[in-house]
Amino acid sequence: MSRSSSTNILDRPLGRSGARPNSSSEGTVVSLSAFAYIYSELVQYHQGRAASISELERRLESAGYGVGLKVLEMTAYRAKETKRETRLMSILHFVSSSVWKSLFGKAADSLERSIDHTDEFMIIDYEPIASMFVSVPADLGQLSADAYVSGIIAGVLDGAGFSARVTAHSVKVEEGEYTKQGGNAMPGMPPRKDKAVFLVKFSPEVLSRDTALER
Amino acid sequence: MSTPVLFVIVGKNEPLFEAEIDTHSSIGAPGQNDLSTRQNYFVLHSALDLVEKSAFTTNSMYLRVVDKVNHQQVSTFLTAANVKFMLLHGGKGEEVVKNFFNEVYGYYVKLSMNPFYKYDTPITSKAFEARVRAAARAYLS
Repeated sequence: MSRSSSTNILDRPLGRSGARPNSSSEGTVVSLSAFAYIYSELVQYHQGRAASISELERRLESAGYGVGLKVLEMTAYRAKETKRETRLMSILHFVSSSVWKSLFGKAADSLERSIDHTDEFMIIDYEPIASMFVSVPADLGQLSADAYVSGIIAGVLDGAGFSARVTAHSVKVEEGEYTKQGGNAMPGMPPRKDKAVFLVKFSPEVLSRDTALER
Repeated sequence: MSTPVLFVIVGKNEPLFEAEIDTHSSIGAPGQNDLSTRQNYFVLHSALDLVEKSAFTTNSMYLRVVDKVNHQQVSTFLTAANVKFMLLHGGKGEEVVKNFFNEVYGYYVKLSMNPFYKYDTPITSKAFEARVRAAARAYLS
């Protein structure tokens, strides 16, 4: 007895991304708790198999990498513009706004360029959902649970042809740095003490190609 | 138009999908002899260099005609993840080719959403092949 789905995946419509209020189209929205449960299980799975902190971080990053590749294609297709990003700044803007919107429902809070190194950029998110319900024990040191999201970013950049090394860091929020517009983003939750900073370091050939295109 | 069109999807390292589509025969089987088929593949793959060269100079996905050999032209479409769709054809109109590419792009994105499909690996789905051939017949004949 064969059970094949009635419609092939190639025939199903892709739909619109995220949640649009007052929209009649079927936007798929997943509950945060569902994501938190699955993510917690993912982290535990990898922790059982990893021998060191950096290996755990690498495993989380490679778990996110595949997602990043798919998110890139999906977001570009849904935007319906037949344009790809070829410049460094435009791909970073694409990541911090379009990709963030389709994944988390809002654009990233800021995009900065590092002063010391010209090939480093930082994407800052004050409410990273991956590490929202995670507290990292002291013996895991500097590990950030957002390694999964940095894997996603690396997948998007790599797929578009800008190979980069992306790492996630938890930085303490300064007093008065973060002002929430319109009340708490998460009702009932205390404000976060750390923000997630995703450090993006591009490889040298990407930078040289970008400066060559500048001319 | 008696020459069949050759459609190839090329990833970063290797071709992911190849289809020789004869738009006038009812079955999708290759009707041409082996020699010209091999020549066609060669022409398409040699056009890859030209595609790479112009990949970062323009930010549109559709790259129009990148190479002309004899009376055949190679048109290319680049996805957001730099996967190249290439079509070897005997002078089809721009709009027609662009519509074909857009349709195949939709199928490709849906295929890549499959968690069992690893990016940059050969596409073995028969459903995908059937749809590409149907689209070719619809748009390119």
